Amino acid sequence: MKSATGLTGSGSRDWVVQRISAIVLALYTVVVFGWIILNPNFGYEAWYGFMMTLPMKIFSLLAVLSLAGHAWIGLWTVLTDYVTTRQMGSGANGLRLVLQAAMVIAVFVFTVWGIQIFWG
Amino acid sequence: MKSNRPVNLSMGQVLSVNLRSPVAIASILHRVSGIIIFLLIPVLLWLLQGSLASPESFAHVRETVFGNILVKLVVWVFLAGLIYHFFAGIKHLLADVGVAEELKSGRTAATVMLVISAISILAAFVWVMF
Repeated sequence: MKSATGLTGSGSRDWVVQRISAIVLALYTVVVFGWIILNPNFGYEAWYGFMMTLPMKIFSLLAVLSLAGHAWIGLWTVLTDYVTTRQMGSGANGLRLVLQAAMVIAVFVFTVWGIQIFWG
Repeated sequence: MKSNRPVNLSMGQVLSVNLRSPVAIASILHRVSGIIIFLLIPVLLWLLQGSLASPESFAHVRETVFGNILVKLVVWVFLAGLIYHFFAGIKHLLADVGVAEELKSGRTAATVMLVISAISILAAFVWVMF
């Protein structure tokens, strides 16, 4: 294992997760914003009726989980590229661990919150 | 004796080269937009939750929250990040399967993606603010 803080502990597995989650999130974005654009001035009944059907609840759950994986891997990539001792000096390792911990907590909160909205 | 050790370029040198390359601009903005989306997720979850919780909270989000110009601006910044990240992601996935991954085609793809994103982000501004 090369990295203890990536998502899956394997670079090639992270690579695959990043792409599958990207496709899920892209499709979810098109479906949700497509509906909003096609239904200008929609009311609560129509919005709730669309988002809370079983297929959309399942799709939303999948999107929330995809977001968690996608954000984790993406921010891991950014933090391990820039917050390094080479770029920032000796304090970088500690700072990076703090930022990664904050990122993991945020991902956890987003995930629970997102599931709560659709399945609470 | 010639050293093979890597050379650390100054940030000024890095920027002066990279800001002339659409590929480099596309790449760094892909990262910046991802960070913006991540930081604004709580705002969007808050709006989503309010819009679905009850007819009253939906009306509140629609009239009061979206009546606030600052909220509209934040939503537009989120959408700008999302739109950019979406198109940059498609370009990236296409490159993964071998489309527009050479030097010249990659430059063209990056330029086209930047233009499409800019137009869409402007359209989103009009859509959200007016």
